[in-house]
Amino acid sequence: MRADLSIIKDWVQPGTEVLDLGCGDGTLLDYLQTHKQVRGYGLEISSENITECLRKGVNVIEQDLDSKGLSNFKDKSFDMVVMTQALQAVRQPDILLDEMLRLGKECIITFPNFGYWRLRYYLARKGQMPVSKTLPYTWYNTPNIHLCTFKDFEELCYQKNIHILHRTVVDDEHRTNWLNQLWPNLLGQIAIYHVTR
Amino acid sequence: MPEVIPPDSVGIVTPQVAQFDIPLTLECGKQLNSFQLMYETYGELNADRSNAVLICHALSGHHHAAGYHSMEDSKPGWWDSCIGPGKPIDTNKFFVVSLNNLGGCAGSTGPASINPETGKAYGPDFPVVTVQDWVRSQAMLADRLNIPHWAAVIGGSLGGMQALQWSIEYPDRVHNAAVIASTPRLSAQNIAFNEVARKAITSDPNFHEGRYGEHTTYPDKGLMLARMVGHITYLSNASMGEKFGRDLRAQTLKFGLLDVQFEVESYLHYQGERFSKNFDANTYLLMTRALDYFDPARAHDGDLSKALEPAKCKYLVVSFTTDWRFPPDRSEELVNAMVEAKKSVSYAEVDSPHGHDAFLIPTQRYMDVFHGFMGRVAKEIPHAR
Repeated sequence: MRADLSIIKDWVQPGTEVLDLGCGDGTLLDYLQTHKQVRGYGLEISSENITECLRKGVNVIEQDLDSKGLSNFKDKSFDMVVMTQALQAVRQPDILLDEMLRLGKECIITFPNFGYWRLRYYLARKGQMPVSKTLPYTWYNTPNIHLCTFKDFEELCYQKNIHILHRTVVDDEHRTNWLNQLWPNLLGQIAIYHVTR
Repeated sequence: MPEVIPPDSVGIVTPQVAQFDIPLTLECGKQLNSFQLMYETYGELNADRSNAVLICHALSGHHHAAGYHSMEDSKPGWWDSCIGPGKPIDTNKFFVVSLNNLGGCAGSTGPASINPETGKAYGPDFPVVTVQDWVRSQAMLADRLNIPHWAAVIGGSLGGMQALQWSIEYPDRVHNAAVIASTPRLSAQNIAFNEVARKAITSDPNFHEGRYGEHTTYPDKGLMLARMVGHITYLSNASMGEKFGRDLRAQTLKFGLLDVQFEVESYLHYQGERFSKNFDANTYLLMTRALDYFDPARAHDGDLSKALEPAKCKYLVVSFTTDWRFPPDRSEELVNAMVEAKKSVSYAEVDSPHGHDAFLIPTQRYMDVFHGFMGRVAKEIPHAR
């Protein structure tokens, strides 16, 4: 399992109801169903991923977050709403964050931290948009249209009165260490947040 | 005609008849004291009777869903693309049951059958049947075949409504349900199209208020019109355009008002005529009525999620992008209600140019989705063959 998913799984309580936005091939939900008696649905747009979820027996609903949003789900219909590595790729991340917190009591969000020192260094030294392992795209073909830093995200949470329950940062091998916990915005590559209203 | 039976076909199949002499009270309040259902089966029932799959047919469908009746058959059963060895409804794994619904005209008791009480054909006196009645009669067939529960109940269009009704009415007898190109209830536009079809039939001078049998006539013109209207709604503008465009049958315009000039006209005429020779007009009226009436939410003040509450199965809902008879948002309405009722559901909106008919056409994405779902259904069977 991808390391950010294995961090997230520890933040999900057994027996809860989870909505996983951009659930991919259903790995996280499959794990949570099997090991934590979690009930849930994944939203996904990739046809290969949808078929894989069906094979696994993970409930998957084809829905484009960007065009359809989440208005078809009722308030507080889930205990937890998860979105891994997709916030930076949606058209209105701030509105989506509100929507996630409308549906779920708690939310988990992960995104690549654009404040990571290597990215800063890349931009400063080369004067070009950084290309890295976590951000492997060139500026014109990237799905990531709203890149942000750890600090940016926390400021958004502050403005919106969103309470941060946990946060952690990991490197591209998805490891945590004392250094990236000390200076997360500079040394963390992937930000993982657990938030609530 | 198949010169050789393809390896992924169920091969030559023989329909069977189940006779019931047990009274069945219908939703309309009338009772059938006896009736028969025509059905076919494909594959083998396993020892613990856990691998049975029920196929529910759409408006003009019947029991012959897969394989051939003889080597002289020009076409296989109506859903042969999805049923057979290695196909999504894999007959190496599943025992498939497909039947002609009550009120049908392909061997099951219907308007053209003899009413044992009068010795004459029922004709228009055959009681109005509903999706609920069909499901109840299908449960009687399941009992007869000693099938305690279905690994899956599957249907497209009107068949999808039956699968949905099964899941609500017999939650302990359905493990999985696939509702394909369907809707939890018809829209006003859908009902309007059905009404045009019915009016075409009933206003045919040969209709004789449904007693055409006694007059030894047949409202074939009306039935043909009904089918033509229906057929337009089954295709998409794109698929019609691709198939026929504005192609002329002859090279030049004839400037005649009554000539069949465009290929698409000729196609509709052909489809309508062929249908009017094979289908009973009273059955068409009954089936469209059953479509109109279906609305499981009605008994719950329109709250579909309440209606779904008893269901225990895992659902698959599939829609097709160019289906304008039951477009994707009708399926989404159903999926949303299932989520609200906290049911297990997966939903795929398949990109297809084929309109409503897409559920019969084995496009890659559709087959992948169907295979994925049915593969998991097969894995759940305790002793999969």
